Amino acid sequence: MVSVRRIRADLTVFGRGYVRARIGLFFSLIFPIILILLFGAIFSNAGSSTVPIYIQNNDNNSPASLGFITALNSTNAMAITIVSPDVNFSQYLASHSGTTGIVIPSGFQADISAKPPVPVSVTIYGNPTSSVFGAVVGVTNAVVSGFNLKIANASAIVGTQQVSVASKTYKYIDYLVPGLIGFSVLTSPMFALVNISSQYKRDKIFKQLSLTPLTKTEWLISKITWYVVLTFVSFFLMTGAGTLFFGAHITYTVGVIPFLFLGPFLFVSLGMLVGTVSKSVESAAVVGNLITFPMMFLSGTFFPVSSMPDYLQTLAHVLPLFYVIDGLNNVMLYGNYSSALTDIGVLIVLSVVVFGLAVRFFKWRED
Amino acid sequence: MSNIEVSSLQKAYGSLRAVDGISFSVRDGEVFSLLGPNGAGKTTTIEILEGLRERDAGEVRVLGLDPWKQGYELHKKIGVIPQGFKFVDYATPKEAINYYAALFGVKADADAILKRVILEDSADVYFSKLSGGQKQKVGLALSLVNDPQLVFLDEPTTGLDPQARRAVWEVIRTLKSEDRSVLLTTHYLDEAEELADGVAIMNHGKIIASGTPAEIIAQHGSGKQGESLEDVFVKLVGEDAVTADQSAAAKGPGRR
Ligand SMILES: Nc1ncnc2c1ncn2[C@@H]1O[C@H](COP(=O)(O)OP(=O)(O)OP(=O)(O)O)[C@@H](O)[C@H]1O
Ligand SMILES: [Mg+2]
Repeated sequence: MVSVRRIRADLTVFGRGYVRARIGLFFSLIFPIILILLFGAIFSNAGSSTVPIYIQNNDNNSPASLGFITALNSTNAMAITIVSPDVNFSQYLASHSGTTGIVIPSGFQADISAKPPVPVSVTIYGNPTSSVFGAVVGVTNAVVSGFNLKIANASAIVGTQQVSVASKTYKYIDYLVPGLIGFSVLTSPMFALVNISSQYKRDKIFKQLSLTPLTKTEWLISKITWYVVLTFVSFFLMTGAGTLFFGAHITYTVGVIPFLFLGPFLFVSLGMLVGTVSKSVESAAVVGNLITFPMMFLSGTFFPVSSMPDYLQTLAHVLPLFYVIDGLNNVMLYGNYSSALTDIGVLIVLSVVVFGLAVRFFKWRED
Repeated sequence: MSNIEVSSLQKAYGSLRAVDGISFSVRDGEVFSLLGPNGAGKTTTIEILEGLRERDAGEVRVLGLDPWKQGYELHKKIGVIPQGFKFVDYATPKEAINYYAALFGVKADADAILKRVILEDSADVYFSKLSGGQKQKVGLALSLVNDPQLVFLDEPTTGLDPQARRAVWEVIRTLKSEDRSVLLTTHYLDEAEELADGVAIMNHGKIIASGTPAEIIAQHGSGKQGESLEDVFVKLVGEDAVTADQSAAAKGPGRR
C-alpha cells in the first residue's frame, strides 16, 4: 500500500535539500536556459538555407554577365560573393575554404548576342559528392534555361508553382526548443539519480530508510514527483527564453503534458536502476555516462533526427529520449497527434518496465 | 519472555565466516552488550537481527518475528543506530526527526528528543555541518522517534566527548527503566560494565565468553582484586589469538 503521507514527507525532505544544495537547481533550471541562449545564438542565422557561393566574372562586367548574376541572386538560394577576375579562381576557393563557385567566361555577352548566337558555357566549380553542389547546379541550370529561352525569343511552356508544405516555415530554434527540453528531461534526473542512489547506498542511507515504513516504491515516486514538477517549471522557462530571445514558434498545448510527465518518470527510474546495480559511486557514474551521452546527442536534441544519416536514424529509434523529443516535436511543431500517440505508447511501456526493474533490483537492505 | 532469541546463527561472506554459530538471548528490559575486537562479527550479527541481512543458518526471533521475512512489521517496533550513521546532507536534526515521525505516522516532540540526546543547540544546523559526535546523536535521536520496544545501538558512543557519552548512558538507562531492551556494541569496556546486564564477548565470529560482567570477571579473570572487564577482555582475546595460532601452526607451516 502506497502512502501519500510518507511520499509527502520524503518529498519535503528531498525537495528542501535539493533547493538548499542549489547545484541541482542550476542544472535543471538555469543550465537549459543557457543552452537555449547559446545554441540559439550560434544557429540563429542558419534558418535560411542559402548556399555560400563565389562568382568570378571575366566578362568585364558586361550587362549580360551582370544580368546573369542578378538572376542567380534573385533565386534567393545563394549567398553570392564576387571574386576579382585577376585571381586564380581554384586557388582563391581553396584559400577561402569555399567549396562552390561559378566562373563567367570572357566574351559571354558577345557570344550570346551574336547572330546567330555562339554557344558559351559558364563553369561551375564544386565537389560533386556534396549535396550543396547539386543545389548549385540545379539553380544555375534554371537560370541558364531562362537565358536560353530569352535568346531564342521563346517563352516557357511548362512552369512551376510553389506550394509550401507546412503552413509556416520552421527555423532552427523551433526544433531546438523541444530538443533541449528533451535534453533537460533526460539529464537532470539521470545524473541526479545515478549519483543519489549510489551515494545513498555507500552511506547506508537506504539501509537506514529500510528500517522505517517508507517503501522503495514510495521513495521512487517521491523522486519522480519532484522531477516532474521541475520539468514543468523548466518547460516554461525554456519555451519562454526561446520565444523572447529568438522568436521561436511555440504551440502551448495540453499535448505536451504526457511527455513532461513520462520523460522524468522514465529517466528517474533509469537513473535509479543504473545507480542501484552499480557496485560503487564511480562505476555508477561511468555506466550512467555511457547510457546518457549517446542519447543526449542522437535523439534529436540539437539537430532533427531526420537530418542524420540512415543508420543513425535507426539507432535513434532505440533510444528512449527519441520518443520524448519526437513527441514534443509532434505536438509543439507539427500538430501531428496520431504520431504523438505512438510516442506516448512507447514511453508508457518503457516507463512501466524500467520503473518495475528499478524497484525490483533496488536493494534497500543487503549489499 | 525473551525479546531476542538467537541460536546457532551463521553468516559467511564468501569463505570468511563472519558469524560462526552463536547463540544468546536478551530479556525484556535487559541491556545486553556484544563486545569483541574489530572484525569479530558484531555488526553482522546486529544487522541480521535488524532484518538488514539474511542469515545463512540458525534460528533468530526478534520480538517473536523473523527479522528477514517480517522486517516491515518488526521495524515499527525497534529503533536502530547503524555503525557510522549518516543522513542526507541538507536536513537539520529537527527536520530529520519530523521526517521520521511522518514516516512512522507518530507524533514526536522533536525538541524533547533533541534535549534528551543533548543536541538542542544544533537543532537547525544542516547534517553535513555537524561534528562527528553530533551526527551520532542524530542517529540516536532518530532511533527513539517511533517509541521502540527494543533498541539496537551499534557503537553509539564512538567519537563522543565524555559529556555526550554520559548523555547516551542516560538515554540507555531511561530506556531500561521503561522496560525496553537495548542491544549495545561498544569498544569502551567500562561502558559495558557500567550499563550491561548481560555481556557476550565475540571473537572470529564465535562467542568466547558470556554472562553478567561480574560472572565473566569471576570465571575468566586471573582472580586478582579490582580486576576490570577490560583486563579480562584483553586476556581472553589474547588467549583466543594464541589458540588460533597454535591450530594454524598444527596445520603446517605457511598457513597463516
Ligand atoms: N559486506 C561485507 N562483505 C564482505 N565482508 C564483510 C562485509 N561486512 C563485514 N565483512 C567482514 O566480516 C567480518 C565481521 O565484520 P563486522 O562488521 O561484523 O565486525 P565488527 O565486529 O562489527 O567490527 P568493528 O568492531 O570493527 O565494527 C570482518 O572481517 C569484515 O571484514
Ligand atoms: Mg561493527
